[in-house]
Amino acid sequence: MKAVRTPGGYSFRADTRSLVVVVALLAAALAAGVVLVGSGDFDIAPLDVVRTLFGSGTPQQDFIVNELRLPRVLVGLLVGAAFGISGAVFQSVSRNPLGSPDVIGFGQGSSVGALVVIVWFGGSATEVAVGALLGGLATGVAVYLLAWKKGVHGYRLVLVGIGAAAMLTACIQYLLTKAQLVDATRAMVWLTGSLDGRDWAQVWPLLALFALLLPVILAYGRPLRMLEMGDDAAYALGVPVQRTRTVLMLAAVLLNAAGTAAAGPISFVALTAPQLARRLTRATGPNILASGCMGATLLVTADWASQRLFGESRLPVGVVTGVVGGLYLLWLLVTERKAGRI
Amino acid sequence: MLVDSRSKPSAQTAPAPPTQTARRHALRAAGLLAATGVLVLVALASIAVGAKQIPLADVWHGLFHYSGTADDVIVHDTRVPRTLLGLLVGAALGVSGAVMQALTRNPLAEPGILGVNAGASAAVVSAITFFGVTSLTGYVWFAFAGAAVVSALVYVLGGSRAATPVRLALAGTAVTAALYGYINAVQLMDSAALDRLRFWSVGSLASANADTVTEIAPFIVVGLVIAALIARPLNAMSLGDDTARALGAHLTRTRVLSMVTVTLLCGAATAACGPIVFIGLMVPHIVRAITGPDMRWILPYAAVLSPVLLLGSDVVGRVITRPAELQVGIVTALIGGPVFIFLVRRKRMAQL
Repeated sequence: MKAVRTPGGYSFRADTRSLVVVVALLAAALAAGVVLVGSGDFDIAPLDVVRTLFGSGTPQQDFIVNELRLPRVLVGLLVGAAFGISGAVFQSVSRNPLGSPDVIGFGQGSSVGALVVIVWFGGSATEVAVGALLGGLATGVAVYLLAWKKGVHGYRLVLVGIGAAAMLTACIQYLLTKAQLVDATRAMVWLTGSLDGRDWAQVWPLLALFALLLPVILAYGRPLRMLEMGDDAAYALGVPVQRTRTVLMLAAVLLNAAGTAAAGPISFVALTAPQLARRLTRATGPNILASGCMGATLLVTADWASQRLFGESRLPVGVVTGVVGGLYLLWLLVTERKAGRI
Repeated sequence: MLVDSRSKPSAQTAPAPPTQTARRHALRAAGLLAATGVLVLVALASIAVGAKQIPLADVWHGLFHYSGTADDVIVHDTRVPRTLLGLLVGAALGVSGAVMQALTRNPLAEPGILGVNAGASAAVVSAITFFGVTSLTGYVWFAFAGAAVVSALVYVLGGSRAATPVRLALAGTAVTAALYGYINAVQLMDSAALDRLRFWSVGSLASANADTVTEIAPFIVVGLVIAALIARPLNAMSLGDDTARALGAHLTRTRVLSMVTVTLLCGAATAACGPIVFIGLMVPHIVRAITGPDMRWILPYAAVLSPVLLLGSDVVGRVITRPAELQVGIVTALIGGPVFIFLVRRKRMAQL
């Protein structure tokens, strides 16, 4: 932790290690993105990809890179970052490494919204995304209100979320049984989470949302860090506890719902990214930026792996994150238990 | 018993005057009898109500004077097996929930929440897809293995006896999420399997027939008997490990037997009709409000009242979207979710 003083009398503090980690992770995410752009049925060398991105590739490369693959990779990066950040905020608010949005019902809420559109209305991809967004937001608000009792307490939020998740899972399964087999398969792909066929139309709304929400979340990063010490301590230090929590949760739910709307409820990124980021930065607090970069790296790497490892069958990226995340979760539970932290 | 530690003295902790104890026992026995009466009524309703309504007189005729009329065939071949399966599965889920809550001393413990049902589901899905197992007797063993592995895993991961309700619930939910990810992936790779599994994985009694009932019954009966045998040691263990040991309870043996019970009951129930959540959560709570913390009364009450809830949900599911059906797993989740949230919102739970 270093304090930097500027001549004008301002000063700010920066943790060198965190800063280095954020920069390194950002570089890693972009590098993974470049590799992902270059890989597919038509392989392009990473250097050529970079050259094409800066506008000096062949027309063929230009079409493949800028029209076909770049939007997919950008969606992957943004969705990964959205999951990472919302996971960091939720784990920090609930003060529990397992209190991430995909465990406590928000993913399921988005899924119900999307499935209603797929199964009942046979809607287009955009309509499915809108359905997912609305479903996620409605779930977020409902869980928050149900957990409200003279203020929202982290644990109660998590448990109410678990109850809501169970109910929503029942709705998902009901919708699956009502569907035609074709719709059911489509719903299943959506439920697993996939980046296939994403184009620029998905990139812009995500980017706009990021521009809007990231400053808000970062601005509330410091109060959030004090909130981790417990409500009373934070209150004594002058943090408006309920307002901080409400604003942060709303922003995180929005980010998570937007990410889910764009790519489906890709599991475990929100759970793992903040934990891995924290282990790298070794800093206290929510590690918002590092978590975002870590989420982006994870998701893009997983997408690359899902394209490469399964040969012809090309499983959706959610399968890879699901399996890897499940293993990671076991490890997390074991180590955290040994350390007596959870 | 953590959740309901109102200072009502049980027969064990504070010996009451004999007349009072006797009166309380008589009262509880009467209550159990009344609950059994309710169960009989619900079972009759479950036989009578459905896509085709059958008058009670014809139900009676089909049960005891079978003569091959259309109604008799419906009663005999469809409704009776379905009702019997509901009885067995309901009792299994309720009792396993009660045992889990006692074992973990945790008011939120429940086979659905703790991922035991999901473990059994994942194992059954693997059996159907990868090993080509199609018969119930074949995949019930997979269900046992899955339920056993996951219940042990969650119990250990959640922190064994030191677990708080939140830890255990989170460990269970996270493991459930991982397992559902796996189940989804399997279904994606094989659309024929998806078509079969999407109905099974909801939790439904609709596929019941006489064979299912006879294949499942031995496992559940054994599980229920073991549960009845460990009621006393579980009572002692609710006072804490040290006191229980001092009272002469075998801690390790009781825990192992509890896990065996839970595995048998949940595995068999899940294999027969898919994952059904929340029965094991709701019923023990209702029962405890009636009987107090004595496991020797909680278990029989749970065994009687759980099927009431399960069959009731099944009847409701058959009625509200007639002539189609709402699977019982969906109905119980929709009823159970609010109950769960209510429990969480209570003062004691919020403090944890």
